[in-house]
Formats: sequence, structure tokens, C-alpha cells
Amino acid sequence: MSVDEALVTETGETPEPGGLTPPSHREPVKTHQRLATVVVVVMSILWALPVFGFFVTSLRSKAEAEGSGWWTVFVHPSLTFSNYIDVLFHGGANIQGGGLFPYAMNSLAIAIPATIIPIIVASMAAYSLSWVRFKSADTVYFIIFGLQVVPLQMSLVPLLQLYSHGAHLGSFPIFPNLNLHGSIAEVWISHTMFSMPLAVFLLYNFIAQLPNELIEAARVDGANFLYIYRRVVMPLSLPAIASFAIFQFLWVWNDLLIGLTFSAKSASAQPLTVQLQQLSGTFGSHLELLTAGGFVTIIIPMIVFFSLQRYFVRGLLAGSVKG
Amino acid sequence: MHLLTTSLDKLLGVLEAVGGFVAILAFLFWLAGKVRGRFEKPIANILLLGPAVLLLLIGLVIPAIRTIFLSFRGQYVIGPDVKYVGLANYKWAFTDPHTLHTLVRTAEWLVIVPLVSTVAGLVFALLVDRMKYQVIAKSLIFMPTAISFVGASLIWKYVYQYRAPNLPQIGLLSEVVMKLGWSHPPNWLLSSPLNTFLMMVILVWIETGFAMVIMGAALRSIPDDVIEAARVDGAKGWRLFRSVQLPMISSTVTVVIITIMTATLKIFDIVYTITGGNFHTDVLSNEMYSQIFEEFNNGRGSALAVILFLAVVPLVTVSILRLRKERYA
Repeated sequence: MSVDEALVTETGETPEPGGLTPPSHREPVKTHQRLATVVVVVMSILWALPVFGFFVTSLRSKAEAEGSGWWTVFVHPSLTFSNYIDVLFHGGANIQGGGLFPYAMNSLAIAIPATIIPIIVASMAAYSLSWVRFKSADTVYFIIFGLQVVPLQMSLVPLLQLYSHGAHLGSFPIFPNLNLHGSIAEVWISHTMFSMPLAVFLLYNFIAQLPNELIEAARVDGANFLYIYRRVVMPLSLPAIASFAIFQFLWVWNDLLIGLTFSAKSASAQPLTVQLQQLSGTFGSHLELLTAGGFVTIIIPMIVFFSLQRYFVRGLLAGSVKG
Repeated sequence: MHLLTTSLDKLLGVLEAVGGFVAILAFLFWLAGKVRGRFEKPIANILLLGPAVLLLLIGLVIPAIRTIFLSFRGQYVIGPDVKYVGLANYKWAFTDPHTLHTLVRTAEWLVIVPLVSTVAGLVFALLVDRMKYQVIAKSLIFMPTAISFVGASLIWKYVYQYRAPNLPQIGLLSEVVMKLGWSHPPNWLLSSPLNTFLMMVILVWIETGFAMVIMGAALRSIPDDVIEAARVDGAKGWRLFRSVQLPMISSTVTVVIITIMTATLKIFDIVYTITGGNFHTDVLSNEMYSQIFEEFNNGRGSALAVILFLAVVPLVTVSILRLRKERYA
């Protein structure tokens, strides 16, 4: 799925296919066209070159990576996959424990619940606010919608205190110390909470526009509200859920600040990004591991990006204010 | 083997948590499904809306209010030493030379990055249209939006690697400028203010693709007959852009600029990964993090968080209202 096709679904417009425009659209002056081509080609190369060089270095031996620039590989080609094995399973450099593999699993163990649970909770809320309704449903929706303006930086300190001490009103514990501090749960629960305003907003916009007849018909048949949620609303909302899921998964996978804040002291809960950030201090002495490790983190987003670009663009459009 | 089993355990544990959550929910649904009559609707609403409201209260509303309170207090948050210090933390933020420079630098980011990314994205969207192989070119420009800021920072730190000029170079930037005849390039990331601009390049590299995709869609949604009519009137190239295309996508351009501004204002990962805020590169979000987790001064950190919040409010408000109007009107 290409960017272009993605945008067809996005805007409902058909973009002109490359080079097949009617002649009336062509610039009469050919030099302009050529200049435009040059600019586009130069910009594309500039954008791709850093990633390409990074990737080439991840395939070179330590001595070669540190002794010469990656561009010399075209003169003396010699490539190896061993850096990836080393960085994933053996460690070295600054990596605590045995390689990045456990941290990749951490990232996955954080991203999976931090994607699934917000979908369930937010779709329930969206359904309640749009179809079950109650007197101040609109007000509640507007408050949740408005909470998008609160940056998650506002929550870090109080949440950390809550996780490590619980909450007390006087001496009465109103929120127990769950012993979450330094665990995976702390990271994904935080992500879940921070995702709520956006998730409810996105899913509400979709769920509220489901056809009235379907839901009314189910009501008339005697189905209760909760049955309708599971059997009618959830299945019909899958397109919106897919867009949100991809956006949220990538957001969590790529996040540094939340992972760093809520797992910093315990390696067993750290996501890949946090370890990788710490690796960056070893620049120069372990370039071959650093580049391989870097590629390990970007490979998942890349796969998602190239295979699900349509949903990615939708999620990006809608979720661009998050943070 | 040990590695594999612990990782598997972790994943299984998480799946159990998700499964447990779904099971509890299913049970409550079943239980609430028995209720009919007057209470059916209120109970359904409580069950459906309750979890979201609880998560929002615990994760955002109460902490945000607490942060505002903390910003008026001194260094220690737990224990008897919590002193009310009035506006002292805010006064510090706007008078301490280091913090003041940080705020000014954040403002520089806020002006330069959105402007450059938007212009670059717009130029690319205009030029690439009607070109052969445009899909490939667009994908290359758009690709960085999927990469994490940490990954992007490492990629560019490698480009900016410095080596003494007599050694073989490994950083692309040094190699290029030396080939062009600059025999003693500086140590890029240590030279202020150059290092800040080099870090802005990273964010521009990421955001240009976003700008291109959104504005490209807007440009294509201009009806063909409008463009055709303008061409018949003799408008082409720059004039066509200035007098027809730009006015028609102006609202999208605003959204793009504001969205990138919001992201720029919160930028943390790039500075934290590349310099850690040293060498005169600190920005607001990074300074907040270091006040809280390195200086252990929650009062000052909270004051910086509130400043960030106040700066974000107008941007996000405009942006979500526009988004709502355009997409869901």
C-alpha cells in the first residue's frame, strides 16, 4: 500500500497517476520540469542516505566500521550478519544483561496490553456516550475530548509517587501501594491512561456515526445494551479500531519518555528505546553494535509502515496532537 | 535458553493480565445483563464508562492538578519539608540564566522547525506531483515518521560523528565538507549554537514527511476545473501557486504548522539522546526531566511542566478544533 493509495481512501479523491496527466496540465517550459526532478531526486537521496549508511554499517565488522566510512564499502565490499546476533543475544557495549533481545520482548510486553486495553475501555466509553446516553453525556464527552490538551509531562511526578507510595487521605490509604514500581505493568498502565483522551475521541467519532437502524433493530429484538456493544458496535468499529491500534502500537513502541520515567531503575522492565538511548554513549567504541541495535528498533515500525500505510496515515492524521 | 524462557514468561504474564481484564469484564457484562427495567441503563453506563473515567482521573486529571500544586512548593515532596514557596519556582524559571536560555532555545526550535518542515513538505508535495516514480520518492520522505526519535537521533549522531582531520572519517557530514575543501571542520555536536541547528535538522527530517502527506492530500483535493480555469487565465507555476493553490489549502497549512509546533514544544528524546542537554542545547522538556530526575527538584520540574502545559494549550486547542471541524463536520 503506497502513500498515494492511502490518500485515495483518506480524501476520497483520485490522485493523478504519475506521468499520465492530460497534456494541458504539463508545464510548457521543459527546464522547469527538469529542475523539479533534480530537486525531488536530491531531496529523496538526502532523506534516505542517513538510514542507508546506518544500515550498511550494521553489516560491517567492528574493525571496518571504526576504521573507515561506510561509503568505502562500495570499494571493498565485505558484509556480515554477526553484529545482529551479537547485539541481540550476547550483549557487549553498555547493554545490561545478555543482549537486546529481552528488551525487545519488554517492548512487546508493554506495547501489546497498552494497545489492546485502551481499545476495549475507550470503545466502551464511546459507545456509552454516543448510544446508551444519559443526561450529561455530551458534557462528559467534551471534557474527555478537552483533556487532549494536557501534556503527559504534567502527570509524571504524581504518577511516580502513586506507584511507589500509593495514595493516602490523611493516614487512610485510598489507593493501595500495589508494588508496581519498576515493573512492566507500571509502564503499560501509564501508556493506557495517557492514551484515553485520544482513544475516546477517535472511537467516538466513528461509533457515533454507526447507522441508527442497526442499533435500534437490536434494541427492538430485546438485546440489552451490553450485548449490542459486543455483537453490533465492536464488529462494526473495526476500521476505526485498526487505525487507532496501529497508531498506538507505534507510539508506545517508539516512546522514550514514559519508558524512561517508569522503568529507569529496573532493567527487567525497560523497553528497547531506553537501552538504545543508553547505548548512544558508546559511540565510537561499538559502532557496529549500535547500528545493528538501532536497526532492530526501527525494523518493526518499518514493517508496519510499509505494510499498513493506509491505516498508518489515518492514525497519524487523527493522532497528530498526542504527546 | 534462560533468555528465551524469561522473555516468554514476561509475554505470557502480560497476556494473562489482558485475559484477566477481559474475563472480569465479561463476567460483569453477564451480571449486568441480568438487570432489566429502570436500572438497566444506568448500570450499563456505569460499567461502560467507569473504566475510562477512572483511568482518566488517576492518570491525568488528578496528577495534573497535583503538579500545579507542586509547582508552588519547594524541593521535597514527601515528608514534612514540603514548603509553600509561592511563585519562587516560576521566578527561577524566568530569571535563572541557564533556564532562561533553555526557554529561548525552545522558542527558537518552535519557530524554525515547523517553518522549515512545512516549507520543505509543501515544496516536495508540489514538485513530486505528476512525476514518474513519485510513489518511491514520497515513501522515502515519509519513512522517517515511522522511526522513533531515539532511532532517528542515533542515525544522525552517526552522520555528525567527528574524527580528527588526519584520520579516516566515519561521519558523513565531515567527509562531505572535507571533500568540498573545508580541511578542519568543527566537532559538530560540541559547537554551540551549531549543535542546536544540527539537532533541529533531525526533527525537520522527521516532520517533513508528515507535512508533505497532509498538504499533498489538500493540494489534490482542489477541484481540477479550478486549476484549469486559472491556467486558461494564464496563471502557471509560481503565480498559480500563490493566487490559487496556496489560498485554497491555507487552513491545512495552519493545521500542519500548529501540529508540528506542538510536537516541537514537547521535544525531549532527540536532545536527551544526542547531548543530554549539555553543550548549550537544553530545551524545556529535557530541562524538566533533569530537574525532576537528576536534581530531584520536583517543585521546579513541576513549574516547568506547567509552563509547557500553558504553551501547549492554545496550540492544541486550535489544532483539535480544526481537526474536528474538517474531518467530522
